Amino acid sequence: MGAQTLYDKLWNSHVVRQEADGTALIYIDRHLVHEVTSPQAFEGLKLSGRKMWRTSSILAVADHNVPTSGRAQGIADPVSRLQVETLDSNCAEFGVNEFKMSDVRQGVVHVIGAEQGATLPGMTVVCGDSHTSTHGAFGALAFGIGTSEVEHVMATQCLLIKKSRVMQVVVDGVLGKGVSAKDIALAVIGKIGTAGGTGYAIEFAGNAIRALSMEGRMTLCNMAIEAGARAGMVAADETTINYLKGRPFAPQGELWGKAVAYWNTLHSDDGAKFDQVLEIDAAGIRPQVTWGTSPEMVVTVDGCVPDPAAISDAVKREGAERALNYMGLVANTPITEINIDKVFIGSCTNGRIEDMRAAAEVARGKHVAANVQLAIVVPGSGLVKLQAEQEGLDKIFIAAGFEWRDPGCSMCLAMNDDRLSPGERCASTSNRNFEGRQGPGGRTHLVSPAMAAAAAVAGHFVDVSAI
Amino acid sequence: MHKFSLLDGLVVPLDRANVDTDALIPKQFLKSIKRSGFGPNLFDEWRYLDHGEPGMDNSKRPLNLDFVLNKPRYQGGQILLARENFGCGSSREHAPWALEDYGFRVIIATSFADIFFNNCFKNGLLPIRLDAEKLDALFKSVEANVGYKLKIDLEQQTISAPDGTVYKFEVEAFRKHCLLNGLDDIGLTLQHVGKIKAFETKHHAEQPWLFA
Repeated sequence: MGAQTLYDKLWNSHVVRQEADGTALIYIDRHLVHEVTSPQAFEGLKLSGRKMWRTSSILAVADHNVPTSGRAQGIADPVSRLQVETLDSNCAEFGVNEFKMSDVRQGVVHVIGAEQGATLPGMTVVCGDSHTSTHGAFGALAFGIGTSEVEHVMATQCLLIKKSRVMQVVVDGVLGKGVSAKDIALAVIGKIGTAGGTGYAIEFAGNAIRALSMEGRMTLCNMAIEAGARAGMVAADETTINYLKGRPFAPQGELWGKAVAYWNTLHSDDGAKFDQVLEIDAAGIRPQVTWGTSPEMVVTVDGCVPDPAAISDAVKREGAERALNYMGLVANTPITEINIDKVFIGSCTNGRIEDMRAAAEVARGKHVAANVQLAIVVPGSGLVKLQAEQEGLDKIFIAAGFEWRDPGCSMCLAMNDDRLSPGERCASTSNRNFEGRQGPGGRTHLVSPAMAAAAAVAGHFVDVSAI
Repeated sequence: MHKFSLLDGLVVPLDRANVDTDALIPKQFLKSIKRSGFGPNLFDEWRYLDHGEPGMDNSKRPLNLDFVLNKPRYQGGQILLARENFGCGSSREHAPWALEDYGFRVIIATSFADIFFNNCFKNGLLPIRLDAEKLDALFKSVEANVGYKLKIDLEQQTISAPDGTVYKFEVEAFRKHCLLNGLDDIGLTLQHVGKIKAFETKHHAEQPWLFA
């Protein structure tokens, strides 16, 4: 066999059988489950009388509907409560390992999976959630699936899919001050567009990626889906292995050594062929801010809101006009002159300890601006929260006027009570700026944690690299 | 799953790119633990003037009459015309459930997001990719002709327009087979239990830590 890409290796080691047209049955190692996309799958299994294939491959948690304050009182909204209770009863009935809302290990599914060592290099990882791409940061093949597929995996431990094309995004050089993995992700999306990765899996490579922590790599792979790629990946290396050592679900003892030996092979071989290659100079990436209603509508913080009149493609121009109208923005406005009403720091994109640290560093000794009505920090898991408190980050946030909340998806998609009111403008570390995403009529600007904290303090966007 | 073979259906034009799944079905409706009943909330934020919540009587809500689904000429539409990157965003299968529950059977767009595209086939919906140029022609025809219908033939992989134009489209052989016969994926996969078990045994031997 010739030189293989990381994707080839992951794919080839999981093919059970293949149809004539290339549709393959691939084996799934880890199945993450949350309350929103699983009830119909459990129900389907019950109605058909089918058994669950390998219950121990599943880790379940409620994250989308959970409150981030006053949790001891339970969930006030009866519809949300029923969905979480349905997950609890389904997990109990099928014997699935679930972290309940009161468990310190509870959190956003894509934060806890990695934190527990439940995502390992070489695995296939699926979840009924598009941001499953996050787990590719470990040199795993991880992607989001629909509820029918959740049921399919529960019943067969397999999925029917076709091989993707592979795009290599090479980021070489050193990132500038105040520039993070989030900015790399938004810069890539700005370059290739939200459909640029459709039909592809993206492997992020280059020395700027190697230099990223696991948290940074997860942020980057998390956003691969916003570039249209179902899966993002980073090869396993020392950083990956050091991160995993000693985690509860990671192999121990003799198995650890065997696993590490295998994991060290999980990288693209020299000379491996990619279907597309994109090269980016790390030093040229500036802090990013989205201005519209799609993650590809993004500029650098020192830029301006674009003028739709300058866009030649009619569909794109109308899209930009509609976005500016929805966002309440005027063409050519400097990004740093946009005032904000709310700030959200958290989510499966930026709810990890490193994100908390980056935001706290900017907020330290400062105060949230008078025009900012609410600035919330929502750790990605109970364990992230605990660690942040041990490091005193909660005190920094609270002293600066931020609210320090309990873990969950929160205002990333506003399925719980954390949401924007119509017309409100938010600096958000989440992943989607779609219309209504953070609440009906809400206006989202996607930024990094440091940029969000800096905007909270200034009351408008500022260039964090200049602070 | 529904079978799909032939359709002669009314066309509804949704002339915007990057229609995301949050627009197709907003998050508050994802709290349902059922897989039916999402049709009245398809495109909820564009379709109604008020804010929708689960449990509301949708027949009493104020309609946004400018939105294409509310125009009298497009009532009963079964084929949705859209632009680039349709169905981008979240993996929520509630999006195809809502389209199907509303009455759509076919979506024709320049491109689709991968997860959404896949989810459609699991629910008897046929997503068809067509070049931007051909789509432009269809958008023009539907705007110009009230009651504009298209004939979709999955077996032949053709779209036939009233003016006699026939557009060929691509569909993967396996998906086509499943859709034509209304086959249940899980049932098909379970015909290969022996192969899955054999794979699992080999996989376990090679990477025992995955099964610890």
